[in-house]
Amino acid sequence: MSLTTTPNLTDHDGFYEELLAAHRDLTPDQSAALNAQLIMILANHIGDRAALSEAIALAKS
Amino acid sequence: MPYDYQPFPYVAPPGLTAPEPRHQVVIVGAGPIGLAMALDLAGRGVPSVVLDDNNVVSVGSRAICWSKRSLEILDRLGLGDRMVEKGVTWKVGRTFHRDKEVFNFNLQPEDGHKMPAFINLQQYYVEQFLVEAAQDNPLVDLRFKNKVVAVDRQPDHAFVDIETPDGEYSLETDYVLACDGARSPVRHMLGLDFDGELFEERFLIADIEMEADFPSQRWFWFEPTFHPGQSALLHKQPDNIYRIDLQLGWDADPEVEKQPDIVIPRIEKVVGHRDFRLDWVSVYTFQCRRLENFVHGRVIFVGDSAHVVSPFGARGGNGGLQDVDNLGWKLAAVLNDQAPGTLLDSYGRERAFGADENITHSTRATRFMTPGDGVERLFRDQVLALAAKAPFARAWVNSGRLSRPCIYPMEAPDNAQLPDITRPGAVASDAPQGNGWLLHSIGADMTVLGIGCDAPDIKGALGVTVEVNDHVRDRYLGDCAAAIYLIRPDHIIAGRWITPVERPATQARIDTVLKGAP
Ligand SMILES: Cc1cc2nc3c(=O)[nH]c(=O)nc-3n(C[C@H](O)[C@H](O)[C@H](O)COP(=O)(O)OP(=O)(O)OC[C@H]3O[C@@H](n4cnc5c(N)ncnc54)[C@H](O)[C@@H]3O)c2cc1C
Repeated sequence: MSLTTTPNLTDHDGFYEELLAAHRDLTPDQSAALNAQLIMILANHIGDRAALSEAIALAKS
Repeated sequence: MPYDYQPFPYVAPPGLTAPEPRHQVVIVGAGPIGLAMALDLAGRGVPSVVLDDNNVVSVGSRAICWSKRSLEILDRLGLGDRMVEKGVTWKVGRTFHRDKEVFNFNLQPEDGHKMPAFINLQQYYVEQFLVEAAQDNPLVDLRFKNKVVAVDRQPDHAFVDIETPDGEYSLETDYVLACDGARSPVRHMLGLDFDGELFEERFLIADIEMEADFPSQRWFWFEPTFHPGQSALLHKQPDNIYRIDLQLGWDADPEVEKQPDIVIPRIEKVVGHRDFRLDWVSVYTFQCRRLENFVHGRVIFVGDSAHVVSPFGARGGNGGLQDVDNLGWKLAAVLNDQAPGTLLDSYGRERAFGADENITHSTRATRFMTPGDGVERLFRDQVLALAAKAPFARAWVNSGRLSRPCIYPMEAPDNAQLPDITRPGAVASDAPQGNGWLLHSIGADMTVLGIGCDAPDIKGALGVTVEVNDHVRDRYLGDCAAAIYLIRPDHIIAGRWITPVERPATQARIDTVLKGAP
């Protein structure tokens, strides 16, 4: 299993707040665009092809 | 100067007056694939009859981008130098979003290959060169205005019914090679169908003639300001002819779009002036599909009759030439009783693998270029937006991944210390050898290369002792001192060993390859 599925962030609540703040005042289309870019940026950062497949499977389950 | 279409002469075939003796090979279709097939077989001593319903070369440029691998194959048929001389050599592709460059690629970053990464040459020239070579070859019997209307498959031969301006006749043959293109009448005669995807998008394809100094590069635009919301491609060809592909959207009416008073203003926006002549224009929709099986007993499908792709990636004609390369030596070996019929099944297996790779790449590129509404368009647009500010995202920008030969899956003897690019299943990489080239030393039968050592003497194989230079070392040895490579007649590496190697290992591998084992 290459996807980390245990808590792995130091500041969960802070990140959650920052993510929502980034979407504040955006239209649904703008939010969708932001999310799409975020996914591509994070996917590149993770850089582990198998982990990405596992992440998609987990999200779809 | 526009191309001068000269009709090829029709000659009444002998079969109209008396039955012809059974032929070994009848090829249906004198497109690039059928013609190359006939020349490849002729090079192996196998005569063929080539039948075409038409008598002129391709109308319009159609396939323009010919890959290094295709040039190597055509070089073996004696046409490589002529292609390169006439063609426009290029290796850099540039991709723009709106008016900013987001991505570029160089297809041949290294030297030491006889052939360039790509040339652009209109399909009509390629066909003309092939026809001329076929007409000069006593083993090719090329018959224009001979339309195949029926194929009757028997267990160990086939009958072909043909219509000519002077009436009908029939041929009996050991094998029928269906090289009759994407709409393949032979495929319909056998009741076979394609599996895969059709794309709804329409593309306008045009050749224009103009004096210009656009560089020899591939230019591709997503959503250019001169053609809002769509994509565009500009490519240089010989004779001051430029090729322009414009995406039109799914609701475009092809008959309307082809009208010069609609086309000319569109092209004017691409090139920035009106000082050009419209040479050819056509509207296409594209598909990425293939036959489930390419081999149907004595009828074998080759080229577009077996598989079709959208042109982004230039994988149609180039993929078809790799079919020719794969089938030629196998069919010759079977006809000459040097190999069992199972060798032909390996053509079907290997080329279906190659076709799938081409279909995958072409489908992905087409989808990126013509995203569906909703999430497909969302991600496409956001990748382009991201690419403008973050270089890593450029790798996702897909305007076509240009044709490269696949690496066949093989259970072959291998040694992981040797370089990855020459692993079994890959095409043997070219390299300089004195005043010549490594690929020229590969024979019509199996070839055993001795690299850093003498080539062993193996029955049924040509031994070649290779001159070791930096290119050879990089591509074939890595850190090893010496190696033996087994190369098939189609330049595919079928096994490799670090020396000393026992002769029986190489001999045994040749035997399994000739049986068609992976
Ligand atoms: C717009 C466009 C751009 C392309 N760009 C590229 C590119 O850049 N690079 C690339 O590699 N590929 C490209 N292709 C694909 C390429 O044109 C084809 O893959 C190639 O033509 C296939 O060759 P073929 O010989 O299999 O079929 P075809 O060229 O279609 O030839 C089939 C032949 O069979 C004959 N025939 C048909 N029915 C019969 C019959 N009943 N009896 C006798 N003869 C018959 C036809 O007259 C024809 O001569 C492009 C295609 C298009 C449309």
